[in-house]
Amino acid sequence: MFGWEFPPLNSGGLGTACYGLTRALNKKGVNVLFVLPRILDKKPDFLNLVSLDLPVIGINSSLIEYATSKNYPDILRKFPSKGIYGKNLFEEVYNYTEKAKKLAAGLSYDVIHAHDWMTFQAGVAAKEISKKPLVLHVHSTEWDRTGGNNINEYVYAIEKEAMKKADCIIAVSNFTKKKIIEHYSIEANKIQVVHNSIDIEGINQNRNFDIKKHYRVALFLGRVTLQKGPDYYLYAAKKVLEIADDVRFIIAGSGDMERPLMEKAASLGISDKVLFMGFLRGEELDSAYRMADVFVMPSVSEPFGLTALEAMSHSVPVIISKQSGVCEVVRHCLKTDFWDVNELANKIVSVLNYKSLHKCIIENSTSEIKNFSWEEPAQKCISIYNNLLN
Amino acid sequence: MVSVCFYFQVHQPYRIRNYSVFEIGKNHNYFNDLKNAEVLKKVAEKCYKPANKTILKLINKLNGKFKVAYSLTGPIIEQLEAYAPEVLDSFKELVDTGCVELLDETYYHSLSFLYSKKEFQEQVMIHRRKMKELFDFTPKVFRNTELIYNNELASMVGEMGYKGILAEGASHILGWKSPNYLYKAKGSSIKLLLKNYHLSDDIAFRFSEKSWREYPLTADKFSEWINAVNGNGFVVNLFMDYETFGEHHWEDTGIFNFLEHFPKEFLDRSYNDFVTPSEAVERYRAMDELDIPFAVSWADIERDLSAWLGNDMQRDAIKKLYELEEDVLSSEDNKLISDWRKLQISDHFYYMCTKWFADGDVHKYFNPFDSPYDAFISFMNILNDIKIRIKEVKEMAKVDSNSLANVPEDKKFWVCDGRVLRNRFELAAALKNMNTGTYGYHANKNKNDFAKWVNDIMGDKKLADALLKAKNSALAAREVEIRINELKKK
Repeated sequence: MFGWEFPPLNSGGLGTACYGLTRALNKKGVNVLFVLPRILDKKPDFLNLVSLDLPVIGINSSLIEYATSKNYPDILRKFPSKGIYGKNLFEEVYNYTEKAKKLAAGLSYDVIHAHDWMTFQAGVAAKEISKKPLVLHVHSTEWDRTGGNNINEYVYAIEKEAMKKADCIIAVSNFTKKKIIEHYSIEANKIQVVHNSIDIEGINQNRNFDIKKHYRVALFLGRVTLQKGPDYYLYAAKKVLEIADDVRFIIAGSGDMERPLMEKAASLGISDKVLFMGFLRGEELDSAYRMADVFVMPSVSEPFGLTALEAMSHSVPVIISKQSGVCEVVRHCLKTDFWDVNELANKIVSVLNYKSLHKCIIENSTSEIKNFSWEEPAQKCISIYNNLLN
Repeated sequence: MVSVCFYFQVHQPYRIRNYSVFEIGKNHNYFNDLKNAEVLKKVAEKCYKPANKTILKLINKLNGKFKVAYSLTGPIIEQLEAYAPEVLDSFKELVDTGCVELLDETYYHSLSFLYSKKEFQEQVMIHRRKMKELFDFTPKVFRNTELIYNNELASMVGEMGYKGILAEGASHILGWKSPNYLYKAKGSSIKLLLKNYHLSDDIAFRFSEKSWREYPLTADKFSEWINAVNGNGFVVNLFMDYETFGEHHWEDTGIFNFLEHFPKEFLDRSYNDFVTPSEAVERYRAMDELDIPFAVSWADIERDLSAWLGNDMQRDAIKKLYELEEDVLSSEDNKLISDWRKLQISDHFYYMCTKWFADGDVHKYFNPFDSPYDAFISFMNILNDIKIRIKEVKEMAKVDSNSLANVPEDKKFWVCDGRVLRNRFELAAALKNMNTGTYGYHANKNKNDFAKWVNDIMGDKKLADALLKAKNSALAAREVEIRINELKKK
């Protein structure tokens, strides 16, 4: 299995999904060899992690992993130390592919499973060497990341080429499946939908935060990029504050829209009520969820949206955009179109003001989320493997 | 012999529209007229028209031996009047045959019995008057919304003069008792007719179910089943939504064909007949007393109130709605009262049900909302708008009572030109005849003494707002006169 990131060194849903899936596959007796650009000292006990030992830069490489094509030049500026990292993300991908090729030649395996475009070329190479079936797992497409404007032709070409050559494509939602059919001209019967999931374990439900004594808290958590719709969140915040000025709007995450968004908040006159928390992980991330009275995911194009499941597991009422994959699998939440700022604001105010609504959603969503586990997606993957092998 | 008693419920709600929190206080239109008209016209074509036609034909063909009962709610009558008056005419024609009986219920198809006995009785009276006015018919038998029933209801309805009442006959409610007999309600002499849910649901739910082992249901087979009750009961009560014919089961399932052939098949067997609810009550004695202290209904498998009041949102919404009763009724604002009553239609709470949300089922039937949460949000936003309307009416009333009188001596208005004002008449006169300097002294971009005086002393916010907008003293005078005329009319 070719992956790009893995907890604790992950920047988003991709790493989390790989973790959940491989752990469940392992439980079901599948022996997974998980190839990463590099690994930390701490290895999970259930998985055979293989590092390609690509040279690493000591600082926050997570930003790079989830870079959007727009800020590739930024990365170059940020990490000018040539020779150590590679000229840019594409070079990193190239290095990954070359090393993976060599690795693939010397190992034995039955199925190749590659996650997202950065590892697709490695997957194709391994298939050519070994003649084993190739499964591509699409957690996100170039169309999602760019909203369809200014797509990076190079990335798109990598995706399209690999999809053509793959034996099976796994989409994380019907929403994504549709995108793959529409934009990559892949036949529907080659694409299987395997929704992401979540394993609930030991959730800390302590909600004792000083901020909650004074304010009600709305939370946006995700990369601050066009794809995630943080600007819609901000416009909704402005509307909400007209009615309920004791609400504070947290933006947790980093990304290329962070600065413009701060400026936007200032120009809307609400910068004192919008709190930018930056990129969070571990305990801080957990606290952000527990602090929230409502979680908002206004994504413009969201292949899945694991954060919605995480918020539900923390007993926070969730508002998600209908343009998301998670929308297909959860019921006890509020759903809006991302562009409908008035409706988003209406729902934020309602869920905060109407106690019985708040309570009802939490009760139902908490019990709904208990039915989720990575076992089901893992089982679906195994069926896909078996089909390809027979 | 055995009798069959048919009763059909005819109802369509006034569905509310998606009403945002940002509309509160600004928009008093709550109902989704477009969707309501669309649903009504569709159901009229698919069900009401062909079903009425079939039943009229049967009555004529069988020389009055075929009989049915209907309960028509206020909302369906009003909407038929608006969108399909010819259907209402066909109901009148049916009632005129003498073979069709009408039942009474709460006009607004409400759950009022559970929250306000006074409102409940009032709504029954409204319904009663409507039946008289429209059909020249006075019902003798009562059915409560969704067949919700308990001892207390029976007593109250008995005291209101009804001879019979309908209720659900599910076995877990009846125990060993058969729904095919009549019973006497505990604590009242009113007789109970119990729905034979088995045979009713064979038509209402299972008729077009291909996986059902009795599929297809023929008139002959069904007549046999009912005939088998012979000796074990007096009357088989077949109670169902009228939409069963043509809407729940489309025409191509053969449902109309079944309806057309069943009566003759049934009558051909051993002295069987059809009775209306009031005939059943007169003809058959009560076999036993039935004690039902807790509310039962005909909804879902639970046959309780959980379809409307099962979760916190539903209970919260309905409680807040009835809390407004006194204020709404004392407002004497007919539009406000009617809006408030339309919000009592039980369907609004049905749409908020989360119980069956996962499976998708009858709760989705013409449900205007994607989720129970959306249904709740719009409903509560509307309630908050109603509250604002109540407040406005109250403020108006306050103004009215001392509207044109003088303000207290120490609250007089001292105009800078020396005049002293005590009431609106004097204010109007003074403004009419006031030079720009004087007016500008009191009303300029920094302040408006007239508006402040009218607002603070007279409590007349409406006039104050108008004065703030007036560009000069003449226009201000005009506003005062308009307001005086408005108050005089009250």
